[in-house]
Amino acid sequence: MSDQKKTKRRDFLFTASYALGAVGVGAAVWPFVDQMNPDRSVKALATTEVDVSAVEPGKSITVLWRGKPVFIKRRTQSEISEARSVKMDDLKHPERDEDRAKNPEWLVMLGVCTHLGCVPIGDKGEYNGWFCPCHGSHYDSSGRIRKGPAPTNLEVPKYEFINNNTIKIG
Amino acid sequence: MSDHNYVPSSKLGKWFNDRLPLLTLSAHLREYPTPKNLNYWWTFGGILTFCLIAQIITGIVLGMHYVAHADLAFDSVEHIMRDVNYGWLIRYVHANGASMFFLAVYIHIFRSLYYGSYKSPREVIWIIGMIIYLLMMMTAFMGYVLPWGQMSFWGATVITNLFSAVPFIGESITNWLWGGYAVDNPTLTRFFSLHYLLPFLILGLVILHIWALHVPGNNNPVGIELKKPSKDTVPFHPYIVIKDLFALLLFLIVFAFFVFYSPNILGHSDNYIEANPMVTPAHIVPEWYLLPFYAILRSVPDKLLGVVAMFASIFILVILPWLDTSKVKSAVFRPLYKQFYWILLIDVILLGYMGAMPAEGTYLLIARVATAYYFIHFLIILPILGKKEKTLPIPLSITEPVLGSSAKTGSTKKEETYN
Repeated sequence: MSDQKKTKRRDFLFTASYALGAVGVGAAVWPFVDQMNPDRSVKALATTEVDVSAVEPGKSITVLWRGKPVFIKRRTQSEISEARSVKMDDLKHPERDEDRAKNPEWLVMLGVCTHLGCVPIGDKGEYNGWFCPCHGSHYDSSGRIRKGPAPTNLEVPKYEFINNNTIKIG
Repeated sequence: MSDHNYVPSSKLGKWFNDRLPLLTLSAHLREYPTPKNLNYWWTFGGILTFCLIAQIITGIVLGMHYVAHADLAFDSVEHIMRDVNYGWLIRYVHANGASMFFLAVYIHIFRSLYYGSYKSPREVIWIIGMIIYLLMMMTAFMGYVLPWGQMSFWGATVITNLFSAVPFIGESITNWLWGGYAVDNPTLTRFFSLHYLLPFLILGLVILHIWALHVPGNNNPVGIELKKPSKDTVPFHPYIVIKDLFALLLFLIVFAFFVFYSPNILGHSDNYIEANPMVTPAHIVPEWYLLPFYAILRSVPDKLLGVVAMFASIFILVILPWLDTSKVKSAVFRPLYKQFYWILLIDVILLGYMGAMPAEGTYLLIARVATAYYFIHFLIILPILGKKEKTLPIPLSITEPVLGSSAKTGSTKKEETYN
């Protein structure tokens, strides 16, 4: 076979036609794939401003951002010290509380369990934080995963304090 | 169908059949030689065909009244239940029809497991069947999302989040599936579109499934290949047609019981609460027919590995014809396999029960053992058993076990001259 097999000009033409055809088909298919991605109108709703002046220490509010709940918790002193005294070795996904809550009093994070996306319940679970009812993940007072199937800590979204009473998420 | 030289009796029929041999096809379906010893476990193919047609008809009708929009879907389903003429009946038939469909398909699959119907030369029938089963699960899942209740919404969230376990591109995949950053209106509309499409793909695959069946012919409780047609076979019509219809009637009694006396018993009451992205129900459970897989998912403590185990538990069935190394098909002649078969059935039912229970404590432990056993059955027991097991002597024909050993030589000889 191998001595018969010589690359001819015709082989080049075949390969070039197949390649061009594949590119053409790919280009035609792409719009049908991409139409399912989040469109501009969805992306345009990507920031939310929240007035947090009414939140008492120890309480939390839940707001909707990009269709997902965001927990904004005003932590008490004891919750802060508890979160900051945890040893890194005890954590499945080691993150310092100082890095998760820039302003220690305010913890802002997505209320979406990193396992399969349920909304954890506040003031529940074995670590004085959140508990996901779907598959039993326990989060601590910094929203870090301590026990259960979730792989990572509750995600902290991009946010900033516009002034003392207003948080801009996104 | 090249084995057919059917000639229509009328001139018009002959004219048409020469151009499109539909009458030849119809003759083939009527005369199709079927083993005469098929028991009632073999009637579920016909029952499943009925289920598919019933789902398509009721579904098309529901689609005339349903509105696929996050703000309107929930109310439109209540509109169907309260206002549309007979809407309650059509929706209850459709919703319970899904459960009946899965009940029948599980019996059909376990019949195949017992009598070794997946083995050579029927591997392709089995694989097509497994693809149909996978499409059924996708269709049922998307259909459950459409009423936009709490279980719809959170079931959709949990199942689509399975794909977030994929390393690196998981988040892009989920956003692509959702058309946003969470399950929302774009998700609902595409699920409606696909829920409408997939049953027709299933219908196409069912035709291939039956076509592939008609090449080697039916397996049978004795599990031997037959000469067709012969003394061991009967024509499909009227023998099997009548038997299938009778079985269908019995099945419809069960179906009607659910539709008319307990239409909501298989559903979850939380789905009568409209979807709320801020609150997850305390206890998320999928529909009963997905529970064993849900138990497998939850029994693995790692997210990615849990998802892998769940998908593996389905794909392992696809390669079953090559995992089971035994040449003997029917469990009737495999004393050890018969016992393992029942253990597997109990194991799957146990997994289903664990899937409905909270994933903690003893439940979790039992679910883990049952998950491990599921894989051990297919990956270790079946390959070894086929080589080690001492099987019972297999009859040469279906007639033989009936007539006894004295008639054995005579019957086999006669059979050879029959054709």
